[in-house]
Amino acid sequence: MSSIITVQNVSKSYWRNKIEIPVLNNISINVEQGEFLALMGPSGSGKTTLLNLIAGIDKPSAGEIIINGTVISSLGESALAKWRANNVGFVFQFYNLIPVLTAFENVELPLLLTKLSKAERKKQVETALTLVGLGDRMHHAPKQLSGGQEQRVAIARAIVTDPVIIVADEPTGDLDRSSAEEILILLGRLNKEFQKTIIMVTHDPHAAESANIIKHIDKGDLVGA
Amino acid sequence: MKILKIIFANALRHKLRTTLTILGIAIAVIAFGVLRTVVTVWDSSVDAAAANRLITRQAVSFIFPLPYAYKEKIKNVEGVKEVSFANWFGGVYKDKNNFFTRICVDADTYFDVLPEFIISPEELENFKKERNACVIGQEIAVQYNLKLGDQMVLEGDIFPGQWEFVVRGIYKPKNKNTDDTQMLFHWDYINERMKAEAPLRAGSVGWYIVQIENPNDAAEVSEKIDALFKNSSAETKTETEKAFTQGFVAASSAIITAMNFMSFVIIGIIMLVLANTMIMAARERTREYAVLKTLGFSAFHIIGLILGESLVIALIGGGIGIALTYPIVAGFEQAMPKGFFPFFYIEPITTILALSAAIIIGILASIFPIQRALKTNIVDGFRFVG
Repeated sequence: MSSIITVQNVSKSYWRNKIEIPVLNNISINVEQGEFLALMGPSGSGKTTLLNLIAGIDKPSAGEIIINGTVISSLGESALAKWRANNVGFVFQFYNLIPVLTAFENVELPLLLTKLSKAERKKQVETALTLVGLGDRMHHAPKQLSGGQEQRVAIARAIVTDPVIIVADEPTGDLDRSSAEEILILLGRLNKEFQKTIIMVTHDPHAAESANIIKHIDKGDLVGA
Repeated sequence: MKILKIIFANALRHKLRTTLTILGIAIAVIAFGVLRTVVTVWDSSVDAAAANRLITRQAVSFIFPLPYAYKEKIKNVEGVKEVSFANWFGGVYKDKNNFFTRICVDADTYFDVLPEFIISPEELENFKKERNACVIGQEIAVQYNLKLGDQMVLEGDIFPGQWEFVVRGIYKPKNKNTDDTQMLFHWDYINERMKAEAPLRAGSVGWYIVQIENPNDAAEVSEKIDALFKNSSAETKTETEKAFTQGFVAASSAIITAMNFMSFVIIGIIMLVLANTMIMAARERTREYAVLKTLGFSAFHIIGLILGESLVIALIGGGIGIALTYPIVAGFEQAMPKGFFPFFYIEPITTILALSAAIIIGILASIFPIQRALKTNIVDGFRFVG
């Protein structure tokens, strides 16, 4: 299997009040096509920062990130936005659905940036929502859905463009046990049945067990596998 | 279409806040519209002036009279087509609050040099042949329920005594900005009584209205007229009717300037109110903008969302304001002393300015929130706690 994600000697620092705060120290990591990787670590360890760098929503201070042959660490803002739209599906802890749009419209959002016709968009959105088990909730607003259902809408939004990788930041962090289990099963299905490469950040060891590979980060360093 | 839906839905997300902002904009647009209407109505009296008419008045001041004898001399000046004259009468009709223009005129020529006052040939003939006849504007006829043959009695102040007139004509305005609130009567009628009661005041006119052959010769003809009376006891100042009217308007220029200034201050204030609304709205949506950026939406989309929302609020407020300005201006006209403004209506330019102001407010109010939304990177956007 070939590496779809290559992180080479990546460091990341933030500046707060003219003080440099190192978050990641010379991290290198490879993820193969179809892997389900869980990143674990205590709060402030740098796991979400690493996820953000891989997803192209932040840039490393040093090092290189190559996703599916593209060196995303050297892309400009505009090119990076286009790359994200075509290659990455995002699942957040707090779902981050647009409250004024229905489930259908939230899932349709990433497709508005494509050249698909209305009918094609409709078909893809319905497929994605049916896949996550919300075929009967398409026209509900987020506030009419439970937390687990909102997260499933977010997953449908993440997969609707058929991205190369799915990144999930604490996807079960705001859910009860039963809803969390449903989400983990769903992510597992996406990985096994649809061969999606998934990187998931989590605190929860039980959630991490859904992944094929678990890596730990502490104080900005990878500490084991 | 989805983007439009988001724009409208966002605008209505905080219904009370949006409603209050829209009301604020509407009230500001109404205030702007009313103030601008007063200013434009004031200025439109200048625009109504004819290009082929000159006004000759006493050089020292308009309040000093000129000899009647000047009429023939002026008429003989090369380039002059016709000469008429008038004199301010003042007086009171029934009540001091009944304010409208009352002037005595040269009945034989007045309607020839002011063709924008439209009167039927029969009525004009009847007016000319009866010494105490008068012609009134149609607005005065409607306002005081006057018809042909009715009597009008004025209590004189500049020309003391009771003056009785019979309505023999009702003129109609040719243009929208023609004053149809005047009462015109024979200068001869007044002059005859002055000869008997105050001989020193007889034989005087207030100003001459000089119709010229060619408007391009206005300066040259004016110079020739004034040269005729140079070093006399009543030197003249001749100028175009437009310049003459501007002189009147200029006397009120400080008030007009203040009104102009205030109309734009109001727009400035409401712009800050909308900007405040938009800043709050954009701040609350920091995470949503981060989500959209994450999904690949560009800066152009974010600008469109914020600018669109700002414009929707501004245009709804502006539209309501413009729609309400019409009945409010009509009510304002009713509430004002009759005849204070000879005509009072909303010029198209006022509506265009109000609409433009609403659009500009919408654009300017969105600049700061757009700048902030674009400057906030995705990671900081997700960390934002509103």
